[in-house]
Amino acid sequence: MNEQTNLDRRKFLVRLTLLAGAVPAVLVSVPIFSALLGPLLQRQKQAWRRVASLSDIAVGETKLIQYVNADPLPWAGVTAKAAAWLRRETEDRFVAFSTHCSHLGCPVRWEDKAQLFLCPCHGGVYYKDGSVAAGPPPKPLTKIDVRINKNDVEIRTAPVPITTITQ
Amino acid sequence: MNPLKKAARWLNDRSGFTEMLKPLLDHPVPPGSKWAYVFGSATLFCFVLQVATGVGLALLYQPSSQEAFQSLQYITYKASLGKTLRGIHYFGASGMIVMVGLHMLRTYITAAYKYPREMSWISGVVLLLLTVGMGFTGQLLRWDDNGVWSAVVAAEQMGRIPLIGKSLARLLLGGDTLGGQSLSRFFSYHVFLIPALLFVFTGFHLWLVMRNGISEPPKAGQLVDPRTYRQWYKNMLRNSGVPFWPYAAWRDALFGSLIIMAIVVLAVVFGPPALTKPPDPSNVITTPQPDWYLLWIYALFALMPAKIESYVMFFGPLLLFFLLFALPFVSNKGERSPIKRPWAIVGSCFVVIVVVSLLFVGKNANWSPNFNAKALTKVSIPATDSLALSGSVLFQQKACLYCHSINNEGGKVGPDLTHVANRLSEEQITIRIANGAKNMPAYGSSLSNDELKKLVAFLKTRN
Ligand code: FES
Repeated sequence: MNEQTNLDRRKFLVRLTLLAGAVPAVLVSVPIFSALLGPLLQRQKQAWRRVASLSDIAVGETKLIQYVNADPLPWAGVTAKAAAWLRRETEDRFVAFSTHCSHLGCPVRWEDKAQLFLCPCHGGVYYKDGSVAAGPPPKPLTKIDVRINKNDVEIRTAPVPITTITQ
Repeated sequence: MNPLKKAARWLNDRSGFTEMLKPLLDHPVPPGSKWAYVFGSATLFCFVLQVATGVGLALLYQPSSQEAFQSLQYITYKASLGKTLRGIHYFGASGMIVMVGLHMLRTYITAAYKYPREMSWISGVVLLLLTVGMGFTGQLLRWDDNGVWSAVVAAEQMGRIPLIGKSLARLLLGGDTLGGQSLSRFFSYHVFLIPALLFVFTGFHLWLVMRNGISEPPKAGQLVDPRTYRQWYKNMLRNSGVPFWPYAAWRDALFGSLIIMAIVVLAVVFGPPALTKPPDPSNVITTPQPDWYLLWIYALFALMPAKIESYVMFFGPLLLFFLLFALPFVSNKGERSPIKRPWAIVGSCFVVIVVVSLLFVGKNANWSPNFNAKALTKVSIPATDSLALSGSVLFQQKACLYCHSINNEGGKVGPDLTHVANRLSEEQITIRIANGAKNMPAYGSSLSNDELKKLVAFLKTRN
């Protein structure tokens, strides 16, 4: 064997070895990354949930409603639950607000006598219509879809609202 | 020959233990590397402690969204010594964070990151990140209401990253909302992924210590010159180096052992952080707070002007890591002695003071409404003044008390109103309540005229 073929052979063998490692590595990585990135690949379908009867809530009242989120896994337990603040504005108009503060997502609580939502984390305050009254929140409370279905109030499950840099 | 010795000899001959360990034990270290050098090994001891106690906890823990909380209650209240085990793991984490911090400060102050140890610094920064990642994911695995809401807050912070923020937030939660998919992910990160990376980078970090040697204690005027340093270091070790084992190792062992014992004592005396409520995302009566090592960040976001925080949340960490990674490239030669680098000392003191004071303000969280303020007990109002009397009731009902204090009862968000009548006239008080202020809701639309009068009458008695 002369020098040149020897060198070629060496080059070939190096490439072959690297390829022999890389191909299965890539193949196996695909399902692993699919598990890791699953939440991005599978969109959850949102669902309407019945949360109250019309008679449960008086005009002008704001109430915490609890329901099961869009697509609960069998082992989710209490973590499958979600909540929203439901407000009856008029006889036939409801609004629902996410319980998540628009600042960093902490749970806002309704103070009925004061007619304010207060956030425990950094002191954000919202008026009854969800607009910011004080503190760091950059935008109003996120609204959630509500509808009246005969005698029931239904709301649409929604993702945890994420405030982005431009909001 | 006695059979034990014979067996040892056989083992050594067939396995080569001495061959493997001897260079590690005998490698010379610079003379005078004393107590300042023990923090790195103490971090390592804490890490080993965390791995061991972590394995113990994993024997009892159920990594599922539904059952994790119950299994934590089991560990804490039923399993024998489970409470202590949790305590050690918690204080071990705290100890690891403190030791990492001290190790890093020492490295910075003595400029040990200079030539040829740039890579030690860089791998150290990666290890710092991984350690904080462990602290964060570990707090979540407690999976009580605090754990659940910390996950949400973290997702919100990731959300501020431009373009990919929302996707990252979804990835963190494992979907649109918290649920069955959330905890398994955090468990996988905390137990497999990050520890694996920690092993890899710790191994690399230690290998670099062997390869480049530990930095000699700095002397003023003794400059690092990349052209001659390695040769100089080699000669110095040949002339005056001492074997690591046991002349330097004893300090590491002693200090590490004291730290571990302190951790155990703290764990037994104080126990692990209390479990709060179950991880129910629909329970809104909760006040999430991170563990102490992330409390300063929490404080930072409460104190920062809201206008810039989105940018700080994104660019802040980016800039910080850029600076940390850039450090050994910006200055990798010259003076190492802190006496000749006063700015390094000023900078370190500044960082320490800022972080410690943020920890303190974070602990008090004066920006949060005080929901426990239920009624004013320490105010006396002349019983004849019925207007003021009902005003004082309103003061609590309308949530004024959550943010303002009177005679030290109430919240600290807004100004103390104990003597407000001395500062503001009746008219000014009325206007302030009706119109609000920068950090106070306007009550104009939610108070009747009558209620407003009562509140003002009450506040007028505060002089
Ligand atoms: S999360 Fe509500 S004010 Fe910060």
